[in-house]
Amino acid sequence: MQRQVALIKQSLFDQGYLDEQFMELEELQDDANPNFVEEVATLYFKDSARLINNIDQALERGSFDFNRLDSYMHQFKGSSTSIGASKVKTECTMFREYCRAGNAEGCLRTFKQLKKEHATLRKKLEQYFQASKR
Amino acid sequence: MAGEVPNLAESKLRALVVDDNLVNQMTHHKLLDRLGIQNDVVCNGQEAVDVHCSGRNYDLILMDMEMPIMNGIQATKILREMGIESKIAGVTTRAEEEERKEFMEAGLNYFQEKPLTISKLASKFKY
Repeated sequence: MQRQVALIKQSLFDQGYLDEQFMELEELQDDANPNFVEEVATLYFKDSARLINNIDQALERGSFDFNRLDSYMHQFKGSSTSIGASKVKTECTMFREYCRAGNAEGCLRTFKQLKKEHATLRKKLEQYFQASKR
Repeated sequence: MAGEVPNLAESKLRALVVDDNLVNQMTHHKLLDRLGIQNDVVCNGQEAVDVHCSGRNYDLILMDMEMPIMNGIQATKILREMGIESKIAGVTTRAEEEERKEFMEAGLNYFQEKPLTISKLASKFKY
């Protein structure tokens, strides 16, 4: 089982979903907080779901307030950086560049990809945490 | 992460985390805990100013740049105007030269690009 956990984790790094910041968080786990990383991840996915919803609503309205969108994405990028969510962070950066360029189509395309990467990371991390508990 | 984690509990240092992002609040709080540093967390620059007005003081302030109500640049300026001499580390994912310069000129002692790590934080406490 330990091997399975290690393999799941290694694949997350090999496929670029996570970077070394995730390992920094794992180093913070101790007897007082044995589930610290899972707690941070849970908070991240709760907070990022809210941001995704806000951005979805803003984009659906059709009028692109690039400043507001950039502000939401700044938050998203910040959280993603802190947890080591590498692919999501990259999409956040691209989205913000499209915001600065006033490129609505670029924003829509990137946001679609961001949601895909975010959903995949969520699923893989859930698998990892479940396997870690067995 | 190489090397042992220093334990600074005996030094009785105190730190203040100023960040509106919940994930950052949690991770920065834990990072400081791990170093044995007592710390408080507030959500924006205005709260950072308010907590100092209430009489609390800190050895180190981790100040995010972009926050609602009052951002890190304004808060840093006000704290310095109040005579607060704590070390203030500007912490942000934004790292464009102009923004860094503006933040430093507000009164920072250090500028630290996110993400924060144990080793980055520990280096700020070498007295």
